[in-house]
Amino acid sequence: MAVEMHSSDQSAARAGWRLRDNRDWLGALFMLPAAAILLVFLAYPLGLGFWLGLTDAKIGEAGHFIGWGNFVSLAHDAVFWLVVFNTTFYTVVASVVKFALGLYLALLLNERLPFKSLLRAFVLLPFVVPTVLSAIAFWWIYDSQFSIISWVLIRLGLIHRYIDFLGEPWNARWAVIAANIWRGIPFVAITLLAGLQTISPSLYEAATLDGVTAWQRFRHITLPLLTPIIAVVMTFSVLLTFTDFQLIYTITGGGPINATHLMATLSFQRAITGGYLGEGAAIADAMVPFLLAAILFSYFGLQRRRWQQGSAD
Amino acid sequence: MSDFSRRDVLKAGVATTAAAVGAGLMPETAQAAWTNQPEPNASLRVLRWKQFVEGDIASFMASTKKFTEKTGIKVRVDSESWEDVRPKAAVAANVGAGPDIIIDTNDDPFKFPEKLVDLSDLADYLGGKYGGWYDTCRAYGTHNKRWIALPQGVNVSCINYRVSAIKKAGFEKIPEDLPGFLTLCQKLKGTATPAGFALGHASGDANNWTHWCLWTHGGMVVDPKSNVVLDSPETVASLEYAKQLADTFVPGTLSWLDPSNNKAFLAGELGLTGNGISIYTVAKNSPDPALKAIAADMDHARYPIGPVKKFTEQNLTLSAYVFKYSKYPRAAKEYLRFMWEADQYNDWLQSSNGYISQPLKAYAKNPVWTADPKTTPFRDGADRILVNGYAGPLGYASAAVMGDFIVVDMFAEACSGTQTPKAAATRAAERAKRYYQV
Repeated sequence: MAVEMHSSDQSAARAGWRLRDNRDWLGALFMLPAAAILLVFLAYPLGLGFWLGLTDAKIGEAGHFIGWGNFVSLAHDAVFWLVVFNTTFYTVVASVVKFALGLYLALLLNERLPFKSLLRAFVLLPFVVPTVLSAIAFWWIYDSQFSIISWVLIRLGLIHRYIDFLGEPWNARWAVIAANIWRGIPFVAITLLAGLQTISPSLYEAATLDGVTAWQRFRHITLPLLTPIIAVVMTFSVLLTFTDFQLIYTITGGGPINATHLMATLSFQRAITGGYLGEGAAIADAMVPFLLAAILFSYFGLQRRRWQQGSAD
Repeated sequence: MSDFSRRDVLKAGVATTAAAVGAGLMPETAQAAWTNQPEPNASLRVLRWKQFVEGDIASFMASTKKFTEKTGIKVRVDSESWEDVRPKAAVAANVGAGPDIIIDTNDDPFKFPEKLVDLSDLADYLGGKYGGWYDTCRAYGTHNKRWIALPQGVNVSCINYRVSAIKKAGFEKIPEDLPGFLTLCQKLKGTATPAGFALGHASGDANNWTHWCLWTHGGMVVDPKSNVVLDSPETVASLEYAKQLADTFVPGTLSWLDPSNNKAFLAGELGLTGNGISIYTVAKNSPDPALKAIAADMDHARYPIGPVKKFTEQNLTLSAYVFKYSKYPRAAKEYLRFMWEADQYNDWLQSSNGYISQPLKAYAKNPVWTADPKTTPFRDGADRILVNGYAGPLGYASAAVMGDFIVVDMFAEACSGTQTPKAAATRAAERAKRYYQV
């Protein structure tokens, strides 16, 4: 490092000492490794992705700049718009349900329960199983000939033929959403549970002395204090759901008739299977505005203390 | 490599030929001479598709070892699932480094024909010696009359059916015409073993039968000049036929991926489907008596023929090619020649157990096709297929249209009734234009 060089030149040494004492300069220096990592591993791939979206690159061919050509063509592509709808629907429904059930589960686990630690460990299971494995399990559960759900319902005499879980567009959408919810709940529940445990019990004791109802306790103590965690958890949950790939790829391959294709799976299909990197990159680029919106929502949510504390603004 | 001379190559060739003639596996036609002097101290890297059956890779590796023993040329073979070979090959072509030889699928060599070593002398030699190449294999191997790839075989799909089921429906064999085939499927509907073909994103099964159905009605994605002509009365006719056919299917085919029909057939819930020989192989080799019974009660047939009056099947085709960046192109050619010669190829064909059918006509005499009559329909797969992207050229666009499931989705839309056949054809044509116009 320059500042540690031994120099016979006194003024240079003094300058070195000054630099060492300069907090701005030191701060910048210490941030350099982080900046380098961000640049090389995040900014560069992102920039490259954007660039590819503006070219007609194919796998194994560099491609030429074609401006907004890919986006214009996507704008006229019925499959693309169907996929945008699928992705939005998938993300909104799955995230809302994951939040509701996750919060419910967190509140339950925060109570005095027998075998508390064991129960908490069990809740994490869906998150621990590799996604592809659980996806294959769901693929069997939803199979048109071998579904255990259909089998049980038929045995109970409730239905007379196997349910076509993945062969009918709306059935398939709900089926993959259910799989995603199953997999995503532990993340929400355990993180919110951690948040709940940071709330001081003395607040609840004070509230009990004041004779509040359980709902008031939740509404005016738990929820406001939990909001910062909720903002972070839901941002992550939305990001992970929006960019989901493995569940869809394994269970439906995007079918039936593209009813469960998400932007991530369509991007892969066009870029890698089809070989048209440019168009695949353009689809991936089109995801960025949605993701950015989710991040900004969380950012402002975290910044505004009053909003965090449950006030109207 | 120093102990390997042209004379050895010739001697090896003569021995091979004698063995093959003796075994009655090849006609005694006039043979082109083969002269090739591999580079000294050569070594090769081969990337190939991962085996569908155990026997394939065992035989392939044994022959490779034999080649190394004979020539001193070291060969390293890596295998990947065939869908993963595809992007790797494209990247190797682009960066000019990677395996010397790639054994790949379908249209891939046509994405970078100028980067490949001319294999015309080798293809002519093998063609002359082994009864000639099937026309479709020639199409999969030649670009501007130059051989850029050496077809290795065709992964054939046939109609798989339960003999008892079609007998009950009043048929002795699978009808070879479209109306008869539809009638059979209609009679199977409502029985315990109906028909069913994949309509989900199954790269093998769904592409196989939907392309057959499109082509046999005279429909095609593009004309020979790459103009998209998919939105045609022939396409609409094929979709209307498929809709009638799909109405007879077991529920759930819209969700079917490649393994789905295997599962349903082996569970005894499917009477007729389109598949490779895998269902039969699994059933036959299983210790489970229920599966053995299915193997005994099943058979295979060719896909029926429609208004175009010729076979129009679609299958995965495998080809080997050598990159120009290879430091040892002559050694690579020598390796391919060795592997395609009767001694090695016949053994491999036999070990593959009907999974792959030959690109060279003489190998049709391999006993694997007659020892068990149920494998015979798979024999002439190469004679019954049309090339991908028919009737246009092979290349990026034909590969992309298939990779993006444009034909499969078109059939799924029409068969499920979410679009009329006409609308489905128009939508698919719009999507195909995107690839053929870039």
